[in-house]
Amino acid sequence: MLTAILVMTGIALVLGAALGFAAIFFKVEGDPLVDNIDAILPQTQCGQCGFPGCRPYAEAIANGEADINQCPPGGEEGIRHLADLLGREFKPLDEEHGVEKPKSVAVIDEQTCIGCTLCIQACPVDAIVGAAKQMHTIVEAECTGCELCIAPCPVDCITMEPLKETVKTWKWKYPVIQIKDVA
Amino acid sequence: MIAGLFRFKGGIKPETHKNASAGSPIQIAPLPKQLIVPLRQSPRATAECIVVPGQKVLKGERIGLPDSPLSTAVHAPTSGTVVEITPHAMAHASGLQTRCVVIEPDGDERWIDRPTLDYASASPKEALAWLRDHGIVGLGGATFPSHIKAGVDGGIETLILNGAECEPWITCDDRLMRERADGIVAGALILKHLTGAREIVFGVEDNKPQAIEALRTAIHGLSGDITVIPVPSLYPAGGEKQLIRVLTGVEIPHGKLGGDFGVQCFNVGTAYAVNRAINHGEPLVSRVMTVTGNVDKPGNFEVLIGTPVEALLALGQPKPDTGRILMGGPMMGFELPRLDVPATKATNCLIATSPTLFPPPPPEMNCIRCGACAVVCPAELQPFELYWFSRARNFGKAQEYHLFDCIECGCCSYVCPSQIRLVDYYRFAKGEIWAREREKSAADAARERFEFRNERQAREKREKAEKLAAKAAATKAKLAAAPTDAPAAVATDTPAGPDDAKRALIAAALERAKAQKAAVEPKNTDALTPEQAAQVAEADARRAAQAAPDTAADAPESN
Ligand code: SF4
Ligand code: SF4
Ligand code: SF4
Ligand code: SF4
Repeated sequence: MLTAILVMTGIALVLGAALGFAAIFFKVEGDPLVDNIDAILPQTQCGQCGFPGCRPYAEAIANGEADINQCPPGGEEGIRHLADLLGREFKPLDEEHGVEKPKSVAVIDEQTCIGCTLCIQACPVDAIVGAAKQMHTIVEAECTGCELCIAPCPVDCITMEPLKETVKTWKWKYPVIQIKDVA
Repeated sequence: MIAGLFRFKGGIKPETHKNASAGSPIQIAPLPKQLIVPLRQSPRATAECIVVPGQKVLKGERIGLPDSPLSTAVHAPTSGTVVEITPHAMAHASGLQTRCVVIEPDGDERWIDRPTLDYASASPKEALAWLRDHGIVGLGGATFPSHIKAGVDGGIETLILNGAECEPWITCDDRLMRERADGIVAGALILKHLTGAREIVFGVEDNKPQAIEALRTAIHGLSGDITVIPVPSLYPAGGEKQLIRVLTGVEIPHGKLGGDFGVQCFNVGTAYAVNRAINHGEPLVSRVMTVTGNVDKPGNFEVLIGTPVEALLALGQPKPDTGRILMGGPMMGFELPRLDVPATKATNCLIATSPTLFPPPPPEMNCIRCGACAVVCPAELQPFELYWFSRARNFGKAQEYHLFDCIECGCCSYVCPSQIRLVDYYRFAKGEIWAREREKSAADAARERFEFRNERQAREKREKAEKLAAKAAATKAKLAAAPTDAPAAVATDTPAGPDDAKRALIAAALERAKAQKAAVEPKNTDALTPEQAAQVAEADARRAAQAAPDTAADAPESN
């Protein structure tokens, strides 16, 4: 009986020590939950969720201060991913924060641009190039389509253009059973 | 050396329909009115245009330069005039447009100078660049640049020449092997030299006895390890991994390529093109295509790249009840959304369909999990699982079941008793996964740029604050050093206190502003005539008199 107790105590002590060391040696840096949430968010940085960027929203979700259905660019699929990650129920996008739109990029009408630099200051990802009193332009590949540059422009020369499909981005559609074509 | 043949798993034996076109020798297709040469060679690679409208070009003249590692040069298929460079629909299931060079042939077919390359004495680098500059890509359908495939650094033991041509209806490689076996063998020897392979193996399906015979005659008397092996006719024996398996017994695991196991595979048509490029100096400007299906005169044609599909189809004389047109084979090809598209280096076959030859697919039914698809899948996948996951848009799971090992051979759809068009679902799922990858990398880039910008803004703020603090400190120090300066006069009657220094600062600033104003004030009053000076003096006096009651001591207000 005594040996049994001693053996069990011994095992408990050894395992406890191992766990303790593991906790110290394999300590996880930072907050993995915020990182995981941030990885799902689309990084449009548009602020429609009510937070100044995707990461702050991720932090708010992690702290339970915000719901998972506030990001319009992420859309339904983003909400589903968040729900999966956090083990919550899926809920439709909160209309208060906006609606899902096709991905667009901003285009500056270079004839009208007066070179005021206001849009440069608004762009969260530095996708606009230009200098004071010089024509500005938007680097399409970097633009996230957040629309933050539209409001500040004093001459309203920025418009959002939906991204066109190219050979590189074209994809096979979801198979539908074709109904006979009616000419 | 090859001991015996192996068998790959799965496979089907569809009706071959090859007799329709296999009997007719390769004919040179007539020059079309216009050639539309796409600068894009594949969804991944395009070329930089180096001609302008109105320019005269010769046959084989370079019109596009490779602009990325996966890109090859593009050439004028015939002599003539560049009419325009314009977006034009291309031979792709999407029917999307791409930049094309439109050439009007002059009918002379005048070649440029065609220097040849002595590949035995040339450096490998030179020979590979030669292939790239002559536009040599894989003619089996994937148009992967040959200079990359041939340029793997050593480790290649076996060079396989793929003449299996397992897909129904297509006979272009068959005809090429029958008629131009010498050229193919010459190209194979070049590829052997480039890859450093020890042996050459031709794999040809045993339903092409004449082709096998022709190749055997061509290799007769050649030294070195070179063999022609008839492989059993079983679709898809021409798949790269399947042919490697049959000929060498090597099973290539998922995520690996033949090159990792010392085997490299080229299509026989590619070998022929390599021979033309190196031994004859001819860039790849034409290829052999099969026109077959619901046509009166099925056959094989040597076609210039850029020939419109409509013109090609007309050569076969389609029957009146012709419906959709397939490009590529019936198993792996796709339906052309329009017919004004140009033929490309990937175009091996055009099939005219009719309701009798290709009856419309019956409606899909539910998957009954019979497992027939898994039995025939040459990639050893579980097609029905892939189907369920793709259909449910559960792409993560589909990838776990190795969706990307699927070669889209269509065996599973062929045998499915429920008539499910499984491959359509796989294509859809693959496209979605690629799109997500693209979105993911775009999001990562955006996150990085956003964080960088935030950091930059924080740094700018910090630097500004530091600069201000430093300036304030400097002024303070200056004031401390000279306490009896001008500010003392202004601040005489204020009681000494803790904000003395502040007040002194303000006073000093005011003083400076006054001095500045005084300095810039009388701008336009220099160099006046005496009368004007008198007028100004009078006005000044008047103003002074008016202002006197309130602020006599103030400096004159500037308007
Ligand atoms: S709404 Fe979505 S994309 Fe926009 S900042 Fe918030 S989390 Fe980012
Ligand atoms: S350019 Fe405009 S729409 Fe595009 S990321 Fe910048 S601010 Fe947003
Ligand atoms: S063959 Fe068709 S019905 Fe049978 S398991 Fe495969 S997908 Fe399902
Ligand atoms: S199409 Fe894909 S899943 Fe179907 S049999 Fe071929 S390799 Fe297997």
